[in-house]
Amino acid sequence: MIALVNALGQATLRAFAGLGHAAYFFLDLLRYTPASLRRFGLVVDQIYAIGYRSLTIILASGFAVGCVLALQMYYALVPFGAAESLGLVVNLSLVRELGPVVTALLFAGRAGTALTAEIGLMKAGEQLSAMELMAVDPRSRVLAPRFLAGIVSMPILAILYSAIGILGAWLIAVQLIGVDPANFWSIMQSKVDVMRDIGNGIVKSFVFGVICTGVALYQGYETQATPEGVAYATTRTVVFSSLAVLAMDFILTAMMFSTS
Amino acid sequence: MAKKSTETLVGVFVLLGIIALAFLALKAANLASFSAAKTYTVRARFDNIGGLKKNAPVRSAGVSVGQVTSITLDKNTYQGLVVMKINDTVMFPVDSSAKILTAGLLGDQYVGIEPGSDDKNLANGDLIKQTQSAVVLENLIGQLIFNKAADAGTAATTAPAPGASLAPVQQAASAAASGSNK
Repeated sequence: MIALVNALGQATLRAFAGLGHAAYFFLDLLRYTPASLRRFGLVVDQIYAIGYRSLTIILASGFAVGCVLALQMYYALVPFGAAESLGLVVNLSLVRELGPVVTALLFAGRAGTALTAEIGLMKAGEQLSAMELMAVDPRSRVLAPRFLAGIVSMPILAILYSAIGILGAWLIAVQLIGVDPANFWSIMQSKVDVMRDIGNGIVKSFVFGVICTGVALYQGYETQATPEGVAYATTRTVVFSSLAVLAMDFILTAMMFSTS
Repeated sequence: MAKKSTETLVGVFVLLGIIALAFLALKAANLASFSAAKTYTVRARFDNIGGLKKNAPVRSAGVSVGQVTSITLDKNTYQGLVVMKINDTVMFPVDSSAKILTAGLLGDQYVGIEPGSDDKNLANGDLIKQTQSAVVLENLIGQLIFNKAADAGTAATTAPAPGASLAPVQQAASAAASGSNK
């Protein structure tokens, strides 16, 4: 019985210690990030690796989701004679929710895992220790540029996702089904607000960028320096960042769109 | 050289993002409507604006010709003052009338303008005098019940003719339509 209580206490303490550790790591990351602006070439390289090379998956996924959304919404709206609001439904779901969230989930899978594995292997190969020996802080040389690149890339990817999704929906709705194109665009222009909808979507994707990149870097930096450790850390990156993004999305949505 | 091409590709990436943002803001949101084609403003007072909202379309014969810019309560007459902007290319006679209509059964409400026959056209800042309020379902039902009760009082002695139960509905509808017509 006492052993049971003991185990419970131990687990609680470990959980809080982990949380505190992650929080300190995150604060360090924030502290080193401005300095990486001075070595902007490193950030550009990382934006290329994280952002540009995620384009294919983001654009393909956005296009497919836009097409499917238009098709399904059309079937759902036609019985109510509301096919003209198809554009609005697709636009709002993409810009407010699907754009930021799905981009973040894909980003965690495509770029987050790469970050974790890269840094984990650096650690396993003792490259990080070597840097420290050369009086180079790996947090400012390796982590901070990646963090900044992730934060910059995520909103851009989310915007591209929404835009290509709307184009996909246009292709299906207007070209294939035959929804009136003027209606399709005009209902968006009259109902979608730049600040409230698009602006909040960008704020969301910015927050998700911080979460996904932060989790990926933390998992990579704190991985056990073994092949199994890196594999385990990569898995945790995807699971943790996905769960954090979904939970955060709920909170942000409740805060942003509660009064509209 | 490899460095150069990386920078170029990142530039392309950022540029794509900016283009997508411009597309979203201008084509798929309301940014373009802030600086759209030339418009002129007209006002109209309604006894009841129903569920009309800002940015609702203004239509004539079903064609969108403008937008509602503001809705306020007129402090003197206690009527809803609706300000709308109408495209410069479309002119309406001064005796045109404005109605608040509903798109479809469940759709949003919009302002419908029916052109009059006067020679002069509405100018910037003019007031549309003839208006018809939104149909409020509660008032319609209230009138129906009232009429029904009145009928029951007067026609208690005469047996109701078949099909008479439909008459109060029509009365109520026409009363609601003409009662608020100014």
